[in-house]
Amino acid sequence: MTLAKKLWAGIGALILLSPLGLILPDRFRAGTAWGEWGVDELQKMRGSVPQGILKLSDLWKAPLPDYAFQGWEGKDLFHSSFAYVVSAVAGIAIIAGVALLIGKVLVKEHE
Amino acid sequence: MHIPDGYLSPATCGVFGAVMIPIWMAASKRVKKTLKVRQAPFLAIGAAFSFVIMMFNVPIPGGSTGHAVGGVLVALLLGPWAACIALTVALVIQALLFGDGGITAIGANCFNIAVVLPFTGYYVYRLISSNSPAGSRRRVIAAGAGAYVGICLAALCTGIEFGLQPLLYHTANGQPLYSPYGLNVAVPAMVLGHLLVIGWVEVLVTALAVKYLQKQDAVFFDGGRS
Repeated sequence: MTLAKKLWAGIGALILLSPLGLILPDRFRAGTAWGEWGVDELQKMRGSVPQGILKLSDLWKAPLPDYAFQGWEGKDLFHSSFAYVVSAVAGIAIIAGVALLIGKVLVKEHE
Repeated sequence: MHIPDGYLSPATCGVFGAVMIPIWMAASKRVKKTLKVRQAPFLAIGAAFSFVIMMFNVPIPGGSTGHAVGGVLVALLLGPWAACIALTVALVIQALLFGDGGITAIGANCFNIAVVLPFTGYYVYRLISSNSPAGSRRRVIAAGAGAYVGICLAALCTGIEFGLQPLLYHTANGQPLYSPYGLNVAVPAMVLGHLLVIGWVEVLVTALAVKYLQKQDAVFFDGGRS
């Protein structure tokens, strides 16, 4: 097996383990990363939401918000873990595709 | 460390976008000159690795979470300019597909995570590893030190960007318009979690990967220069 294939296999293993990134914070009752709160969370924390955040926070509707499926909010960890793994696969497929393309373009020009 | 939309003023976002454009241009120029055909697939592997590592949220004391980036590892394997490109790809997809980091904050997030992190980490690594043999233990330690410094400095920059907002942008009666926490709150919040927990996760990820890669192919540890 070439080194590149071994490393892709390693990334595959990390994808399968990625729900740990949901389960561990859940276990320790750890919330959102600092400074990444949504409007509702800010409202609860501070009693008000800065105008700019109100205006700009909904600027972009991501298809898989927070590595989850839309409409699956409030589902249990099993479901959210499944969505997390699917998100990892989708993200890596696109990222690998884009990065391979960039690599090809950049390398080609000086060959 | 991914700043969402609305936490930085449009002007701040514009400044970081304007700073990033020449950096991205320089990065593609440098990578064009230095990236070998055999290294090209590793650009994609580096971007993918960093993306999946960032999904491993780790609890931080104080009730929030953080995550390693793996970006210093990419920098010391492929060079900091290639790492800048790999991390930029990961950050842009995170913002577009998953709403992780704002669209308007892509410039700032790339500055922190795709520039400060890989470059500072890389130069700390170079400084400590110096001319030690590719398979040496000193390289592992140098990589760990670079990882720690890189991610903590990136967190510091993020904290400063958050913390400057209420000073610069507020309503006439002092209500913050964007990020509501000043430097005295934002900097310690960002930095302490990374100094105490996330920095060490980054060290662990980086050192383990370097140890593994030294056994597989020590050629990697010439910083993408051979």
